[in-house]
Amino acid sequence: MNMNSIPPVFVLVPLAGFLLSLLLPRRKERPIAALAFGTTLLNMLLFFAFAVCWLAAGQPELNREGICLYRSGTYDLLLDLYFDRIALVYLLVGSVLAFLITAYSQYYLHREPGFKRFFTTILFFYTGYNITVLSGNFETLFTGWEFIGISSFLLVAFYRERYLPVRNAVKVFAVYRIGDVCILLAIWGSHHFWHRSISFSELGQVQGTEGQGLMVFIALMLLVAACVKSAQFPFSYWLPKAMEGPTTSSAVFYGSLSVHFGVFILLRSFPFWQDLLPVRVLVGALGLVTAILAYFSARVQSTAKSQIAYASVSQIGLIFTEVALGFSNLALLHFAGNAFLRTYQLLISPSALSYLVREQFYHYAPRTELLRSAFRMRVESTLYVLALREWNMEWLLNRLVFSPLKRLGRRIRFVSVRNLFFFFIPAYLAGLALLYTGNTMPEWLRQHIPELFSLLGLMMVLRSFTERRNPFLAWLLVLMNHFWVVLAVSFNEYFDAGQVFIYLSGIVSGGILGGFCLYRLYRREKEYFSLNRYYGHVYEYRRLSLVFLLAVLALTGFPLTPTFVGEDLIFSHIHETQFVLAFFNALGFIFGGISLIRMYARLFLGPHVKTYHETDYRSS
Amino acid sequence: MQDHHSVSGHGTSFDENGTLHKLKHYLPSQAPLKDFVHHNTLHAFMGLTFHDALRLSGTVFGTRSYLSLTEYRNLYAQGKIDPAVLRRVIVSHKGTANPELWEDRLLRQEYDTSQDARIGKLREKWKDEFRLNLDKEVHPVLFRLLDSYLDQGLAAWRFPACEGGFLDALRALERRSRISFFRSKRVRELLQQPSLQMEELLTEIVGRPALFERYLFDQQFTHPGWSGMVSYVEDNPGSLLERRKISLRELIMTELLLELDTLEYKLAGERVPLGTKVDVDPLPLFELPAAEEKDEVFKMLQEAYEWSYYDQVLTGLQMKPQESGTPDPMPEYSFQAFLCIDDREGSLRRYLEQLDPRCRTYGTPGFFNVEFYFRPASGKFYTKACPVPLEPRHVIKEMTGGGAFRKDRHFTRQTTGLFGGWLMSHTLGFLSPLRLFLNLLRPSETAVMVSSSMLMDKNSRLTIENRDPGHIVNGLQVGFTVEEMAERVEQLLRSSGLICNFAPLVYVIGHGASSVNNTHYAGYDCGACGGRPGSVNARVFAFMANHVRVRQILRERGVHIPEGTQFIGALHDTTRDEIEYFDEDVLSAENRIRHAHNGLLFEKALDRNSVERAARFLLLNPRGRSAQEIHKKVKQRAVSLFEPRPELNHATNALCIIGRRESTEHLFLNRRSFMHSYDYRTDSGGKFLAGALAAATPVAGGINLEYYFSRVDPCRFGAGSKLSHNVMGLIGVANGTDGDLRTGLPVQMTEVHEPMRLLMVIEHFPDIILETLAASPDLYEWFANNWIHLLALEPETRKIFRFEGGRFREYDPVYTALPELRTPQPAAAAVGPYPVYRIK
Repeated sequence: MNMNSIPPVFVLVPLAGFLLSLLLPRRKERPIAALAFGTTLLNMLLFFAFAVCWLAAGQPELNREGICLYRSGTYDLLLDLYFDRIALVYLLVGSVLAFLITAYSQYYLHREPGFKRFFTTILFFYTGYNITVLSGNFETLFTGWEFIGISSFLLVAFYRERYLPVRNAVKVFAVYRIGDVCILLAIWGSHHFWHRSISFSELGQVQGTEGQGLMVFIALMLLVAACVKSAQFPFSYWLPKAMEGPTTSSAVFYGSLSVHFGVFILLRSFPFWQDLLPVRVLVGALGLVTAILAYFSARVQSTAKSQIAYASVSQIGLIFTEVALGFSNLALLHFAGNAFLRTYQLLISPSALSYLVREQFYHYAPRTELLRSAFRMRVESTLYVLALREWNMEWLLNRLVFSPLKRLGRRIRFVSVRNLFFFFIPAYLAGLALLYTGNTMPEWLRQHIPELFSLLGLMMVLRSFTERRNPFLAWLLVLMNHFWVVLAVSFNEYFDAGQVFIYLSGIVSGGILGGFCLYRLYRREKEYFSLNRYYGHVYEYRRLSLVFLLAVLALTGFPLTPTFVGEDLIFSHIHETQFVLAFFNALGFIFGGISLIRMYARLFLGPHVKTYHETDYRSS
Repeated sequence: MQDHHSVSGHGTSFDENGTLHKLKHYLPSQAPLKDFVHHNTLHAFMGLTFHDALRLSGTVFGTRSYLSLTEYRNLYAQGKIDPAVLRRVIVSHKGTANPELWEDRLLRQEYDTSQDARIGKLREKWKDEFRLNLDKEVHPVLFRLLDSYLDQGLAAWRFPACEGGFLDALRALERRSRISFFRSKRVRELLQQPSLQMEELLTEIVGRPALFERYLFDQQFTHPGWSGMVSYVEDNPGSLLERRKISLRELIMTELLLELDTLEYKLAGERVPLGTKVDVDPLPLFELPAAEEKDEVFKMLQEAYEWSYYDQVLTGLQMKPQESGTPDPMPEYSFQAFLCIDDREGSLRRYLEQLDPRCRTYGTPGFFNVEFYFRPASGKFYTKACPVPLEPRHVIKEMTGGGAFRKDRHFTRQTTGLFGGWLMSHTLGFLSPLRLFLNLLRPSETAVMVSSSMLMDKNSRLTIENRDPGHIVNGLQVGFTVEEMAERVEQLLRSSGLICNFAPLVYVIGHGASSVNNTHYAGYDCGACGGRPGSVNARVFAFMANHVRVRQILRERGVHIPEGTQFIGALHDTTRDEIEYFDEDVLSAENRIRHAHNGLLFEKALDRNSVERAARFLLLNPRGRSAQEIHKKVKQRAVSLFEPRPELNHATNALCIIGRRESTEHLFLNRRSFMHSYDYRTDSGGKFLAGALAAATPVAGGINLEYYFSRVDPCRFGAGSKLSHNVMGLIGVANGTDGDLRTGLPVQMTEVHEPMRLLMVIEHFPDIILETLAASPDLYEWFANNWIHLLALEPETRKIFRFEGGRFREYDPVYTALPELRTPQPAAAAVGPYPVYRIK
């Protein structure tokens, strides 16, 4: 049998498990647990068998062209699978941990209200994990990446009726989103670098020094994405915040699998940037800096889970350095060991209380503060405060990224539903008219008009992101952005109406579906309908919230939706010199996604606004 | 509520100490988890009657005080609320005028049961008027500071300079560090002024002194967990092994400074005190609201639910035919056993009696009337081995042996280090999945578990006897003198009614629990031993009762223990259903043979006990498996990492019976009763009854009410689901990494609990009980305000009397018959449709 045909199995088995799990009744624990257990066990055993064969066959690199989602000219969107040593180790660790955690959770989650939701999300995550690990090109990798992002959001907000998990889930999602767009930009860069879709097996084949700037750009984007996902500097602060779900999901996500994807993307793309010395130095240095900063943070953490989180981040920093130094085998081994160790540590973290109290009872030695020089005390105290404040990373990121954009969004508060119709729609139509009669435009205007329109779209998204009152307005604004983007790119070069159709069909259908959900909610809950606080409507509208989430996914360009194909297509029409346009578009996608998830969270998640049943304190 | 506890928004002056005192009164008073002991969650409201307290707590804190209407109506549909009892409850409250109307309201009418909270209304204005979420800025920093300061050893790097007190330590840290927790320079300077008054800060933040107290209540109850912990540690500094000085005042000062800092940063020049934006003074916080119709409905449903169950128990208690005044003068008993009054021990006693009808069992608070501090051989601290309110004057030391402390590398500091972590990843990391796999496949003991046998090495030597009263360590006398021993032994024997007819062997069985991954482990051990296993107490008591000179004194006082009778201490592990005996080598040859025989009996009883328990675990299906097989599974639960319910602990507890075993042994009470052995015939004056009440009321009442409240509001009274709990500083748990400490019990402990108040039945004459109560004013509140239902079982006529409004009135049960349990099938009965059976 041709070995090439095997890897898709490891995607299809969990996917089938996930789809089947959707059909099972919510309250029946046995079949749900059995399905999840069976799926992960089967996948693990199949993989073991395959791994043995593969090793016996002399470790051939497998590359399988998968499904073609869209093709036009030099552009094709392929789902590609690739298997080598790196995929082997990641799949090995992933399948073992997924199996162990599922087996563990079937008892652990007994009688938990979200029993089914937990296992469905785990299977969804597992599918995404395997897609990412087996991906043969950037597009496929991005697909798996998005699966992981969404399942991550859902698991952090697993206790969706409490305030902190939901708020933290939105925060984590926002940070993740930065990584997502970096991948999109890397894809954009790679289209222009190779002038076609590139498979990972060809990454090393770079000739000449032509396009070095673009190469560095692509490598940097990948590095940022890796830092986000692996909670490296300056993104580390999200990891402890993500420890809100059941201990098992925290263990498998933030202790082990999900958090090592940054390492994966570096290992995967290493052939591409190994000759770029500055990039290698940067990767190594970032890793080392993170390792040290996280080491101090781990030392001052006085909660069991955040201590493990920072210890893990610190080791991942070292792994980054190992990758940069070219020790890929060591990095793989280190990844496996760290993932296993942290998973187990998190699982037994509730025991820390009894164990350490007992240890203290028997081995207590009073710690006395040594007299030190004033200088040393100053340094130590400063370090202590910095480590406790997580090196002000959250503050830094807010200050540099989120706050200025929020402020910008608040500036344009004059946008309302009414003037949206009276000003912006006419403006859009004018833009369209200009597009078809635009030959008379002066050249300088023609050059910058895409950027202008794209900026207008971005403004709408930022306005949506800061809207506190009207969910309809926020929803419409995100929709509008997509239209502006199409218009902007249309000025750029002529392209097929079919492509526009694909893109906008996704947007429009998602938009209508979501708008319908909002309308239904509004009709019934007029008093409790805004974006100023969390309403927790999922308590009463479970189904509606699910449909709305699907609409949100359609609009954020979730993989395999038309929007996703469209987004990818649109990026391929941005010229390699149009960094500004690409940047605006990317920002639009980042904040569009965050704004939509924020809407979902505020309307449907959080403490229920109605208090006829028990509700938690906000601080718990 | 009493006057001095009124918190209003009126008046013009601010009394800082008074406010702090009131705050401390209302904050949760839960100890650090290592010393977790059950107590009444609403202890602050015990001056009110039960239902008034619940209504007030709900209005003030937005807590839920009862089950939901749907739940009650389901109970009615299932027959757990009896129609006749329901009718009786309605008539007792509303008269006979129109009971159908109320029945309709109780069973069918819909009510808006939304619960708005009074607290927080003032501070809410920050959001309404200034669009400012102060808590979002302040809480993360504040919680982190508190956790780091109070941390008992989780962090490798501890809070610097923490000897002086919280504020001093913070000041020192701020002085030395180049980076501050505060953004405003002015606030940094304010912090450094030791003379800074709370009033100054409040004036800046709130403005009007009339609002200060209310503001502080609002503020502290946004994080009752941390405030309660600080308040508890302030009052009980010894509750932390690594001592920390902290006070609620320091916490409030820090929080106010952080708030001021945020206000200066966010509002800068536009900052005005909150009081200027508030037009109307808020309602007094703790003013009891008038009862609405829905409150009446809940009250009556709850009472109907309670009495539907109580009624059947009382019917059963009445059933026992009167016994002849003089029992068999010289009965020959095979053995006698003392066990804890704990509700979990009832079924074991039942099996022992069933397997050997010639044995007698007794229930007594599991510290066996010996109160002391215990110091394990290699321990660095003392641990209290008696109920929490007692202050022992003795210490018992373990001289040799000492439980070996097993290490688990996963908890070492190296794993968080740079190089250590690197090394551990490559070594230990690859063993971890194997361990996990093994634990899933075949759960077995590990170093991380908590085992009941860990407290004391069973082969160690204890310093029980004191020969030199001058031998005092740290103000505590080492061991008990003979006289002190005799006193304690006599009191226990007399109060439980065992003063003659001693069997050759008397077992003294303490209890403890085993679990893993369980932060609330102390709540599973013996409440009467301060949340520790009762092994040491059992062993100590057996030693005392075997002591030749003690027996001599007892003989002089009229308690004649035959020479052939020997006491033997033991420990029952309630999770694993295992038993461990101490000092077996002191037994005589004959008793050794008897003991070997009894040992087999105990094994069998434990097997059966585990089967009965397994029936309630739901996951285990006892059918078609032998008792031993099921027992093995039950044992595995205790060591399974993935099992959040190692045992069901006190869930479903509802009764406390103080009386002779003869009065209850014909009833199957399904492990729901605390049972205190007490013989009215040996205590006609009620002297021992006072002692029994003093010990049983706070322990059983505390357990019962904590379960009640954690069950009806798992979110605010309880600790929520334990699956997301994160260990904070080894003193508590929070959800995630930046939440407030959670108090109360996790859902996994309370979900099967049937929330009803304790029914305490005393087998004695009502007038004697009244006299005893009159002499114990601190217990009176429990009964007078209906936090516990008190009933008397008149021992001669077997009539039942209910304590109401300070008097006993006769109670006539609705039920006249009970289902019978013919063949011994308690496992099926444990999950069967009826709560009480008569054993045939």
